[in-house]
Formats: sequence, structure tokens, C-alpha cells
Amino acid sequence: MADTVRRWLAVWRRNALAWRKSARTALLAGFAEPLFYLFALGYGLGSFVGQVQGVSYIGFLTAGILSTSAMNAATFEGLYLAYTRMEVLKTWDAILAAPLGIADIVAGEVLWLATKSLISGTLILMVAAGMGLVVDWQALAVLPVVFITGLCFGALALLVTSFARSYDFFVYYITLVITPMILLSGVFFPFSTLPEPVRFGAALLPLQHVVEVIRPLVGGRIELGQLWHLLVPVAYAFGATSFAIWRFRRRLLC
Amino acid sequence: MSASSLPIIQAHGLTKDYGKLRVVDRISFAIDAGECCGVLGPNGAGKTTTMKMLIGATPPTAGELRVLGHTVPRDARAMRARIGVVAQSDNLDPDFTVEENLRVYARYFGLSAAEVRSRIPELLELASLQDKAGAKINQLSGGMKRRLSIARALLNRPELLILDEPTTGLDPQIRQAIWQLLRQLRRDGLTIVLTTHYMDEAERLCGRIILMDGGHILADASPQALIRDRIESHVVEVHGAGGERWLATAPIGPEVRRERAGESWFFYGRNLESLVRSLDEYDDLHYSYRSSNLEDVFLKLTGRDLRDG
Ligand SMILES: Nc1ncnc2c1ncn2[C@@H]1O[C@H](COP(=O)(O)OP(=O)(O)OP(=O)(O)O)[C@@H](O)[C@H]1O
Ligand SMILES: [Mg+2]
Repeated sequence: MADTVRRWLAVWRRNALAWRKSARTALLAGFAEPLFYLFALGYGLGSFVGQVQGVSYIGFLTAGILSTSAMNAATFEGLYLAYTRMEVLKTWDAILAAPLGIADIVAGEVLWLATKSLISGTLILMVAAGMGLVVDWQALAVLPVVFITGLCFGALALLVTSFARSYDFFVYYITLVITPMILLSGVFFPFSTLPEPVRFGAALLPLQHVVEVIRPLVGGRIELGQLWHLLVPVAYAFGATSFAIWRFRRRLLC
Repeated sequence: MSASSLPIIQAHGLTKDYGKLRVVDRISFAIDAGECCGVLGPNGAGKTTTMKMLIGATPPTAGELRVLGHTVPRDARAMRARIGVVAQSDNLDPDFTVEENLRVYARYFGLSAAEVRSRIPELLELASLQDKAGAKINQLSGGMKRRLSIARALLNRPELLILDEPTTGLDPQIRQAIWQLLRQLRRDGLTIVLTTHYMDEAERLCGRIILMDGGHILADASPQALIRDRIESHVVEVHGAGGERWLATAPIGPEVRRERAGESWFFYGRNLESLVRSLDEYDDLHYSYRSSNLEDVFLKLTGRDLRDG
């Protein structure tokens, strides 16, 4: 067991070292953009909307942006950068010549993708706290949730990558899955305002459940009754990881 | 039989199909400790596929394979902890410096920090890259990259080193340097299996040649034995415009085997003195008269047709 984790961490550390070398640009992309949304929509729209579910609109939006950026951080690296490591740099081939297997690579990558989500979530939380949008220490409890979000969307992104033959393929996933999911998961407006059939469909996807858990936490309330929602991203994380391992085995060890 | 006298690699009936295409066809061989074995063959012969099966990067369709006593692919991961692999194309990490490449790769083997600290300078010296420790990969020449790939494959002190075309695309000086490095490793007792398209490379480095074509092993012997047993002792190579005229009257006995490739004729035999003398009168013909070499064996066994993989 310890040895297995050591192999995962070797993959994780490779990615962490590569990230550290370009952290400045990486941070800008993963961190500045969600904050622009938060400011522009939060204050702009917020002045029309007033209060939503008993909090200011920007306070409401903070939870949505936090969840979305956690998802995006893992998704983009799991698509574009993981594909680059696999197909362009042949980093995975090099790793497979060492005593590691496909499962070690996928597990190490998923852990790293979740770490990217954690970094992005932490920064946004810090800024939100600086702006007075998050006041309670209990809000720190969003960080483990952000990590689970990263495991889920990182694993899904790797699964998509396992089918990809070029970068173009990712446009389908982003346009047809990620973007509608952001719009229909209660990020920008309450989920309950959506019509019933749409809600039913969106609830099959993980983001809505993440938002449902993160929103009270950002407000400093721990609602144990909401925690069952986490089962959905956790199930996606396990399912997608196993499926991705199977796919990459067939693709790379042929 | 003691464990140390077991072969390093034992392959029996090793086969690989890609769809309907049989790429490696029931090959069997054993490689002993300390051997340096060169796998030769035209493009598409199945060399890389065979190497990939040896390291567990692709499962055989049929056959048995044991490497260092491990059953492959079942125990490939444990086996790979004890071997070094240099792939056909360099897959160094361009994000990192030379030293970081080694440090990151060492983690995959679970080497301790202390071990890595002592191992890296040793390997940089072995690969003559001491001055390049902090250089980025894209600042290295092709030869430096290849030496770094070899150094990286040695991090775990492997018992077996597998190299796929280690000197392809490199200039003659750099090839010499890599040969020297491989010879030194061989002297230190490392078992080496390499593929190559260069006959001189195989002849210089390898005590044993496995010649493959179309997924089969055509010959498996030392370079000397191949030249002694599989080809006539001498060859005359003739080319030039007056060839046809000379050929009409040339004293070519029945024991002389002839081949034509483009503008050149090749005459193989044991005694070719009279043939050579007859060429003296033809000023417009160029010729060379020499002992047969590994290239002649290669061409005889695999034919002179062009392959495109
Ligand atoms: N993944 C694959 N799928 C289908 N066919 C493949 C695959 N890999 C190799 N082949 C085919 O198998 C045959 C042998 O390929 P291989 O790479 O082993 O040859 P090689 O001897 O290494 O050639 P070269 O000297 O060009 O490197 C070729 O016909 C090649 O097209
Ligand atoms: Mg090859």
C-alpha cells in the first residue's frame, strides 16, 4: 500500500514541479478569470438582483464561482495538459518504462488535478475573504469539498482524454457538457428556478451537487443534511478513474 | 543450475499480431548474462515490437517470456525496476533541466534522496554532461539528449539495458562516443540488447546478432560466425557504364553468386582473382574487391528489395 502511494506521488510530484516552473501564468489563468466574473457579475448583476436566498447576490455567486473554478482547474489540465504529456511529450511512455503501470499514472494524475482545484479554490476563498464575502472560519470546510470536486472532474477529463485523437476533440466536451452544466447547476441563479425536467437532467451531473454543498459552507453554515450530495462527485470520481484506467490500458499498451 | 546461470531473457514462441497482421512470428531466443546482443532487420521487421514485449509495454499475442526470472507481462512492473530502457525516440522532459530530469525519473524507482544525490553526479560524468546539469533539454544537441537518455536508464543500476536504435540520426563522432559508453557498460558486466540499422555498430558492439525480417529470426550467431557461415568469403562490387560489355566476356564461374542492385553488380565467391584481373582492362568501370562483411550477410538474407515498413 505504502509503495503504491509512493508511485502515485512520484507522478504527482513530476506535475507539481512542472507547474511550479510556470506558476505565474498558470495562476493568472486559473485565478484572475473567475475573479473577473465574480466582480463583474456579482456587483453588476447584483445591483439589479438584490438578495438571493437570503444573501447578497455576490455572496450567492461566490459559491458558484468557487465550484466552477474548481471544476475548470481540473478539467483544463486533465484535457489539454494531460493529452500533451501523453501524446506530445511522451512523458507517460517514459514513466511506463520505469516500474509504474497505467493505474499509477492515472491515480497520480487525478490526485494532481484535484490539487490544481485545491490551489484555485484556496486563492478564490482568500480573495473572497479579503472582500468580506466570507467571514466564518467554517468556510475552510469548502477546501476538502473542492478537492473532491477536483477528483471528480479530473477523472472525467482524463476519461475524455483517453478517447481524444487531437486537441480539437476537447471542444465537444467543453461545449456540450461543461458549459451547459455551468449554466444549469445553480451557479449564477438558484437551481430551484429551473423547470422540473431540466433540474432532473442537471441533477444527474456532478456540478449541481457540489454547488449545493459549497453554498452553505461559504456562508459559514455546515448543513449535515446536504452532505449526501457529495456521494455524486465521489461516485463519478471512482467510476471515471476506473474507466479511464481501462481505456488507457487499451490505448497505450497495445 | 544456480540462479545466476539462468538466462537473462528467455523467449519462447513469442508472437504479436496487430489485427490480422502478424508482426512477430513465434520467435524463440535466450540471452545470457553479460551478452551484448544486436537485433538487426529492415524497417518493419518487428524489432521495436519485440523490444516493447520485452519491457512489458505491449502484451504478446502468444508465447512465453521471462526476463530476469519475472514472467512478462504479468510481473513486468517488478521486472522494470531491474532494467533500463532507452526508447527509439527521446522522451526526456523538456520542462526540466538535465539534473531535474534525472531527479524526477529517480522517484519513479523509489530511490532514496541520499542515493539520488550520489548517483546523479556519477551519471552526469558517465554521460559527459557535467557542465550541462542546469541546461534545459532544448538547449542540448541530439547526442547530448541521447547520452542523457542512457544515463537516465542507468539510474536504478539495471542488470539489463535495452536500447532501440541508440545512434540513429547522430553524426559519426557522436556515434563513436555512444559506442564507447556502451562498451564501457558492457565491460562493467551489464547485459545489453540493442536494435540498430547500422552493420558497423552491430559488428563493433555486439558479440551476438539476431537478424529479423518479417517477424522471423533469420539468423542468430556472432558476427564472425555469420560472416564465416552464411556468406561467401569475398565480394567484388562493380559499377560503371561499360558493365554490360565487360559482363559478356567476364570469366564468371558457376560457383560465383551474382546480384544486381541498381547500377552495381555484386559477385560473391571464394576465389575471385581472375574476375578482378579481367576488370583491369575496363577503364570506365569502378570496382572494389574485399572480404565479405555483415552488410553482405544482411543483404543476402533479407534481399535487396526496398522496404517501407
Ligand atoms: N501499434 C501498432 N498497430 C498496428 N501495427 C503496428 C503497430 N506497431 C507496429 N506495427 C506494425 O508492425 C510492424 C513491425 O513494426 P516495428 O516497429 O516492430 O518494426 P521495426 O523493426 O522496429 O522497424 P524500424 O526499423 O522501422 O524501427 C510494422 O509493419 C508496423 O507497421
Ligand atoms: Mg523500430
